[in-house]
Amino acid sequence: MSIQVQGASKQFGDFTALDNVSLDVPDGSLTALLGPSGGGKSTLLRVIAGLEEPDAGRVLISGEDATAKPARKRGVGFVFQHYAAFKHMTVRGNVAFGLTIRKRPKDEIRAKVDELLELVHLEGFADRYPAQLSGGQRQRMALARALAVEPRVLLLDEPFGALDATVRKELRAWLRRLHDEVHVTTIFVTHDQEEAMEVAEQIVVLNHGKIEQVGAPRDLYEMPANEFVMSFVGPVNRLGDGLVRPHDLVLSRDDGAGGVEAMVGRVVHLGFEVRIELTLSDSSPLTAQITREEADELELAPGDIVYVRSEAPRVFSENERPAGTP
Amino acid sequence: MAKRALRITALSYLGALIALPVGYVFYKAFEHGFAAAWESVTTPEAQHAFWLTLEMVAIAVPLNTIFGVICALVLVRQRFRGRALLNAAIDLPFAVSPVVVGLALILVYGRKGWFGGWLLDHGIQVIFSAPGMVLATIFVSLPFVVREVVPVLREIGTEQEQAAQTLGAAPIQTFFRVTLPAIRWGVAYGVVLTTARALGEFGAISIVSGKLAGQTETLTLHVENRFQAFDLTGAYAAAVVLAVMAIATLLAMNFFKPKEGVR
Repeated sequence: MSIQVQGASKQFGDFTALDNVSLDVPDGSLTALLGPSGGGKSTLLRVIAGLEEPDAGRVLISGEDATAKPARKRGVGFVFQHYAAFKHMTVRGNVAFGLTIRKRPKDEIRAKVDELLELVHLEGFADRYPAQLSGGQRQRMALARALAVEPRVLLLDEPFGALDATVRKELRAWLRRLHDEVHVTTIFVTHDQEEAMEVAEQIVVLNHGKIEQVGAPRDLYEMPANEFVMSFVGPVNRLGDGLVRPHDLVLSRDDGAGGVEAMVGRVVHLGFEVRIELTLSDSSPLTAQITREEADELELAPGDIVYVRSEAPRVFSENERPAGTP
Repeated sequence: MAKRALRITALSYLGALIALPVGYVFYKAFEHGFAAAWESVTTPEAQHAFWLTLEMVAIAVPLNTIFGVICALVLVRQRFRGRALLNAAIDLPFAVSPVVVGLALILVYGRKGWFGGWLLDHGIQVIFSAPGMVLATIFVSLPFVVREVVPVLREIGTEQEQAAQTLGAAPIQTFFRVTLPAIRWGVAYGVVLTTARALGEFGAISIVSGKLAGQTETLTLHVENRFQAFDLTGAYAAAVVLAVMAIATLLAMNFFKPKEGVR
């Protein structure tokens, strides 16, 4: 089901969590809300779920105004960062909760729960308690619990934020596959740009309660709308008036091709690529990323002087500066 | 060595101040044999006192449990003007002597009190009868459930409840299926303490009851009555009954307690 947010605002005391935010999420899509903490992404997700009431604005779920509906009537599945597992219930009890509430027949519940446990790879864990599961298993249980009621929309609030790096990677790939199988409209919140890029079809960048840009991962990376988006979705260097990505920098030994002078500080071998940490004459730092062959050719060592130029520096005008920065 | 010294200190403190006196009461109760003790706790007055005490507990404990949980929910989950006042008021029964509570109840519900006259005209006698005694018992045992449940509610937070909501649970379903099971050990411990306190209440009850043997005499008052009548066996035997009831309550909780690791 499609989701529309129209002019949503939310204030917590003096803090503006959402400032007149409007957003369209197409049916069946997988969307990431990306931004720094305090940027408003969790609040926006909770407003869509009905867990938070906006001070102004509307929420439409498949075209129908849901602003006044309580969370339990919105048909959304919600997954929390810290799982929100029902600790006194077994895994089976947790997953069955929504169906038990709806008073479905016992056989039907049993079959549905078994099917979902298989989907989240927790077949053998039905009789365990959440305390006996690992973090990743608890989060998969929480996902199965949310999916059990066949929600129209699946909302995930930093779902992998509390997990360690390996499990996080695994679950990301798994969420992606799950979405391809189940096709439920999914929105997830993350502050990790890599996670957003890897999983989402559409990314919404939020900062200071406002949407900075909406677009496909590649568009955000290649055509950032402003400085904030450019520096949030990937590493950047400041070179003169412009911003430039480390791999868009070209290094050379002689100054014939132009470019600014810099001193090599450290050479870090990352495998296929090499990261060169440089210092400009005004002592500001610069990071370049080049291929191993280029690095071999240049034979760089700490203390060497090189000349740096950029293929594609991006200069943003004042009005493209993100909200809230001077 | 230091460990051992600590343990001996703790044990001798408890032994001298709690185990010894309580043990001595048991000894004195059965000094003249089991039959004598049994006879003195089965007199009509003693039996009446026993049932009256249970009646007080049966009314005060459920009321304080239900309202205690409601108060705890309000204190933890809501922000409003006067919240600090409510918080302080709940501790009042801990701070105020039960004697003062008894006197206050007489001031309000006594024959010449604020409502007492009006209630008497409508055939309801509060002071020197059961209603006043129930009020006194409720007053003195009110804080326990609230104080046990508040920290547990804080700890569990609201995420589980929000999860229940998004899964379609109405507020009442959320409470009975998610919140209550999550706080049940806090509630249980509060109930045990409330029961123990209600069983043992003496000060306030002794003022509002009028101490009419066989009518408004609870077990604690019966102990005092027997003691002052130089019926020491009767006093000690009734005291033993009280102690056994309190111990049974404590054991009941331990019996139902969950095994480690399941929670």
